Amino acid sequence: MSTVTDVERAAMESEDQRENWSGNASTGHVVEPGALDLSHNVILYLEDITVSFDGFRALNRLSLAIDVGELRCIIGPNGAGKTTMMDVITGKTRPDSGRAFFGQTIDLTRLTEPQIAHAGIGRKFQKPTIFEQHTAFENLELAMKADKRVRRTLFAQLLDDDRDRIAEVLTQIRLDGEADRPAGLLSHGQKQWLEIGMLLMQEPKLLLLDEPVAGMTDDETERTAELFVSLAGKHSLVVVEHDMAFVEALGGKVTVLCEGSVLAEGDLAEVQEDARVIEVYLGR
Amino acid sequence: MRTPLTLRILHSTPRAGWIALAVFAALTWIAVPVAHAVLPEAHPLHLSAYTVSLLGKILCYMVVAVAMDLIWGYAGILSLGHGLFFALGGYAFGMYLMRQIGRDGSYQSDLPDFMVFLDWKELPWYWAGSDSFLGTLLLVVAVPGLVAFVFGWFAFRSRIKGVYFSIITQALTYAAMLLFFRNETGFGGNNGFTDFKRILGYSITSPEMRATLFALSAALLMACLVLGRYLVTSRFGRVLAAIRDAESRVMFIGYNPLHYKLFMWTLSAVLCGLAGALYVPQVGIINPSEMSPANSIEIAVWVAVGGRGTLVGAVLGAGIVNLAKSWFTMSFPEYWPFFLGFLFIAVTLYLPDGVVGLWRRLRARTAPATPTVPAPQQSKPQAEARREMQPAAVPIESNRLPAAKGAEA
Repeated sequence: MSTVTDVERAAMESEDQRENWSGNASTGHVVEPGALDLSHNVILYLEDITVSFDGFRALNRLSLAIDVGELRCIIGPNGAGKTTMMDVITGKTRPDSGRAFFGQTIDLTRLTEPQIAHAGIGRKFQKPTIFEQHTAFENLELAMKADKRVRRTLFAQLLDDDRDRIAEVLTQIRLDGEADRPAGLLSHGQKQWLEIGMLLMQEPKLLLLDEPVAGMTDDETERTAELFVSLAGKHSLVVVEHDMAFVEALGGKVTVLCEGSVLAEGDLAEVQEDARVIEVYLGR
Repeated sequence: MRTPLTLRILHSTPRAGWIALAVFAALTWIAVPVAHAVLPEAHPLHLSAYTVSLLGKILCYMVVAVAMDLIWGYAGILSLGHGLFFALGGYAFGMYLMRQIGRDGSYQSDLPDFMVFLDWKELPWYWAGSDSFLGTLLLVVAVPGLVAFVFGWFAFRSRIKGVYFSIITQALTYAAMLLFFRNETGFGGNNGFTDFKRILGYSITSPEMRATLFALSAALLMACLVLGRYLVTSRFGRVLAAIRDAESRVMFIGYNPLHYKLFMWTLSAVLCGLAGALYVPQVGIINPSEMSPANSIEIAVWVAVGGRGTLVGAVLGAGIVNLAKSWFTMSFPEYWPFFLGFLFIAVTLYLPDGVVGLWRRLRARTAPATPTVPAPQQSKPQAEARREMQPAAVPIESNRLPAAKGAEA
């Protein structure tokens, strides 16, 4: 829908952003304002991000780059800063210092949560947050990529294409039999899936998933891994997870966070043999 | 296929609703006006001026209740200052009524009596345009709308929620009341406006005028109900309810809750203002006590009694409480506050979904086969299935939050 790009553009068109774009124009390629520029094959770029809460450094000069289409797992002990990192990327928390870019041009530290969502970043929370009083179908309808300004939503209606799209995602997340059930009555695993489905409806470029399989049965976990692997390539995924079996099933690159910065990075097997990682996980 | 808006508005109210509205229209546009203005006073079916004014007043309260329900029941924002918007609309129209008195006041001056009494020589600047009927209609909408918009902008932008928001609205209406009590403010101080004579040159006490005001109040109420039903069954209404239940999720899927809350909040205030403008000529007085916090709390009680999150509940609640009030204040005036307090506690404890919730529970008991939760209806035609999925009565399930939770939600 062409209107969507209009929203995105409107969302980005602040004076600060203009300066950024003109700065980038000198690097040689044409940058469309507000559009995601993936010319360097990097979708997310964090550099020297520091966040402190009352003197406690939740993130300490964290640097991280995610490639386009990559499936990245982030692991780390409690308090390593995984959720804070997600908060910084989605605009919930502003970093004290450092830079966060989505693609080459979109400065995440200057946008609000809805603007970041429109730019193409979807987030799944640690605790499933869905609209419990709405049906599964309505949850997906609300998440659907569309013009989300009041004046459009007031007159919005579901077209056949929209229904088809919702039906498709319902099948993908195995909730096609539960479309009309209030989401609050779904099982825990189904709620997790519904939230993933809501992310898919947004058609994001980058998905942030905070402990997506917490509370799922082994069978559900396995099917979730299959779903994520099938999504990688088309989308970029960042998964925070404690379940090592799940991380292994995903098979992507693993980043270990500790005390707010990156401790190690590489294949799961490599990382697991790293002496520092073992120390952090087993205690000193 | 896109459906035209008029058709969608038509479909948003169910058939039974339209029938009820038609009956209501017949009663309020034909039966009551005829019984009051046409039938002679000796006729057994004649309605007295007192009765028509009382009913007209209650109709205005019902509009306020619907406005309150839209913001409290559907958006989860409990305002304890809605009386302010009602009073502002009333004052805006009251200014026009004061100007219509002309030289028929006690001092036979062009200025309203209270200004002569204060020895003012000319109208303050903010009374400019108050002699124009159309200008007044504009003020009736613009003043409450603007106050609500500015207040809402700052409150919602600062992400003030729950009881904190309620307390601030309460403070707002209290501050406005103190301001309007002052003679220097230029709105008649604690006496407010009264002794109205005319609207558009026609006598305000004539049976025809009274019947017209009554019919207009009924029309406003019906328009509010149809508009409200459309809003809460639209995607806008679903977003609003989603903000009530999980605001952060709404933000992360790309909606800006500020704009949604602000729209509903301002619209709600405007509806209250319109109700206030119709209320003042029917009761013949407006003074700062309309802005007292107790009045605003009473509005919340009406909605709680009727059933939050159901538009018809708000109407019923306003009707029941106000009829009880006019009976009590005549028979046992000193006990009314106790009864009101008792009612609020009883409803919170035993009827979290109000009268409408009670009715639903009774009906569910007589027909136990109907499950509370709709089973998957894949086989139904989509249009029909969709209609059932609308949050018709929003979330009146058995696992529903108790009424008190609305304050935090």
